[in-house]
Amino acid sequence: MQAEPSGVLTGVHFMDGDHACCEGALAAGARFSSGYPITPSTEVVERFAARIPKVGGTFIQMEDELAASITLMGAVWAGAKAFTVTSGPGFSLMMEHIGFGVMTETPCVFVDVQRGGPSTGLPTLPAQGDMMQCRWGSHGDYEMIALCPNSPQECFDLTIKAFNLSEQYRTPVMVMMDEVVGHMTERVVIPAPEEIEVTPRKYTTKPPGEFFPYRGDGAGVPEMMKAGDGYRFHVTGLTHDERGYPEFTPAMQAELIPRLINKIRGAVKEISMFDEDTEGAEVVIVSFGITSRVAQRAIDLAKERGIKAGRLRLITAWPFPDYKFEELASRVKAFVVPELNMGQMSREVQRAVNGKARTIPVLHPGGAVHHPEDILAAILEAVR
Amino acid sequence: MTSELQQIETQVQSPNPNPYEEYYRTDRLPHIWCPGCGIGTTVNCFAQSLINAKMNIDKTAVVSGIGCSGRVAGYMNMDSFHTTHGRAIPFATGLKLANPELNVVVYSGDGDLFAIGGNHIMHAARRNMDLKVICVNNLTYAMTGGQTGPATPMGSTTATAVYGSYDEPFNMPSMMDAAGAVFVARWTTFHVKQLEKSMTEMMHKKGFCFIEVLSPCPIMYQRRNKQGDAVDTMKMYKEKSKIKNGCPTFETMMYPGGDIVVGKFVDRERPGYIELMRHHLHEKLGEDFINEGVPVCA
Amino acid sequence: MCYAICMAKGQIKIIAERCKGCGICVEFCPTKVLELSSAYNAKGYHPPHAVSPEKCSGCALCGIYCPDFAIHGFRVKEETKDASRA
Repeated sequence: MQAEPSGVLTGVHFMDGDHACCEGALAAGARFSSGYPITPSTEVVERFAARIPKVGGTFIQMEDELAASITLMGAVWAGAKAFTVTSGPGFSLMMEHIGFGVMTETPCVFVDVQRGGPSTGLPTLPAQGDMMQCRWGSHGDYEMIALCPNSPQECFDLTIKAFNLSEQYRTPVMVMMDEVVGHMTERVVIPAPEEIEVTPRKYTTKPPGEFFPYRGDGAGVPEMMKAGDGYRFHVTGLTHDERGYPEFTPAMQAELIPRLINKIRGAVKEISMFDEDTEGAEVVIVSFGITSRVAQRAIDLAKERGIKAGRLRLITAWPFPDYKFEELASRVKAFVVPELNMGQMSREVQRAVNGKARTIPVLHPGGAVHHPEDILAAILEAVR
Repeated sequence: MTSELQQIETQVQSPNPNPYEEYYRTDRLPHIWCPGCGIGTTVNCFAQSLINAKMNIDKTAVVSGIGCSGRVAGYMNMDSFHTTHGRAIPFATGLKLANPELNVVVYSGDGDLFAIGGNHIMHAARRNMDLKVICVNNLTYAMTGGQTGPATPMGSTTATAVYGSYDEPFNMPSMMDAAGAVFVARWTTFHVKQLEKSMTEMMHKKGFCFIEVLSPCPIMYQRRNKQGDAVDTMKMYKEKSKIKNGCPTFETMMYPGGDIVVGKFVDRERPGYIELMRHHLHEKLGEDFINEGVPVCA
Repeated sequence: MCYAICMAKGQIKIIAERCKGCGICVEFCPTKVLELSSAYNAKGYHPPHAVSPEKCSGCALCGIYCPDFAIHGFRVKEETKDASRA
């Protein structure tokens, strides 16, 4: 369906990624946010707090990220589209509730504008060190969907996509920005509402008594409901049956957890999005987020030297597209993986490639973006 | 079923159902609480209060945290949420803000609400968020085996204080009063009629309401502290409780072996969070303020 | 037992399988109608039974106290009492 016009600021704007992310949320239909300030994400909710009274909805600044990350889920269960934003230290605090959202199949969006870490780290400088955390940060087994914008325009577009994926798969979805993408100001085109595709919530039409809130459809995704409609449903973080009632047995665990995981893992080809140019490539540069823009410079420099350098930009970092790497590994010599961390997604690439080609990470502890020359050096090494 | 049991069940024939049955998920009974645990008693009072206050059950939601008292949500026949430890109140805040028509009740325990959840309960009271909070205080972290909690009387033997605890507990009514709650009461599971009455009043009271209910915990608390079984504790409640409605909350602290001050201590008016938010935004933005709450997403 | 129905102002109903034998209803019944029985339910607890059912006033305190929702009481309607006398 199309976007609700009241939230769409149609026009050509000059705005930074944080602001564009907020506009993306509004365009997607988000009308509730519970936030807590943390650099460099704060502007997302500051803008939301200023915009929402005029769009129609509520923002509340909670007392900490522990509260913010679950208040939004209460709003979701009352029927709202909701999200929150944070950065490293706050992301760590939100982990328990991300897991709660996965377990209770609460559709919602979490935005992490990554900064230097660990701990307090570099509040005002970029990194991409939360990529594994976004996948594994909560305890237990689960799958995750994460999107990585590399421009303010993508901050707008991919935030909408994140909301759509969260409704489609009835799960929390992460938008993994970084401080540079969040604070860089660029042209952002916000189309007319009719041109924005928004996925509606899969509200059930079954009457109370016939509806099972945790019974998956053919794709393993249950329908949704909200409080106040007479369903008298139960939502719990405990392992539960199709009615949502706790059932602590190995049999129930064996039924529930694989369904939660497979509804996403099984749809990896539908969910994955790439920006790809690998035709005839001998080496593929795999990157995401802000690093991809530096990587493009390195690719261009390599091509000038006659190297058949290809690009694979991961727009979705999770679920990890093993299939893509299995296919590419059969026709390229090496993968160069620059990332603003000490080796996170490059490990995934190495795992998926499984020895069929070389994986050369280009690591960086964060604080600034790579120098293109460092990535070029790795490309040269790859074709040596 | 043995013929003896059959005799008990049919001893006196009755067509009159238990008025509380329709409020419970009877397919989940018998519940997990220990013999003599008072949580079930508080739940009966809660059901009665819903009847008395003529609440629309389809518009009532129960939110619990983790712990024995946190299991209440699972047994109530209404929209119920068993959330994470300490975070029932922020979840309930989100539910209420997104649909103010819902009557949101938070049902949890002393540890969940005042230790890990301490920050959240204070802020919700400060904001005067329209939530009805029932804190079942069994003086311990019962579910995990009886560890020391923020309500454990000094000197108690607990699972993490095998030589006796040496810190004082919170005075919950005083904290809630100081944080700004508009309705504060304390009862015990002996005081079923008064508890029922306070819960009934609370249902229609706007703003952050808090009721502390002392409950026996025969297995995890009393057994270690040689305080007998549930009946012994109930008799102690009867003997030691002093009803002092309107008592200043700083005088309601409980000391080991001392009197238990019970009653309705605070019942006042303060503008609620949602009311204040709407009024303020309307004042500042005039017609630009879209005062329709949080729309239900399509 | 017509005698019991004619004399008591109230009646009780017990769901034996829910009872955990805590004894609260026995202790706090104002007219001492109940005692724990010697029967066992499936979980091994002794549910109560009415040893003096004629004393039941229908106050329903047992029902509000019972932490296990295993007993409730109610007042008998005047018409029922008359009918049973007839």
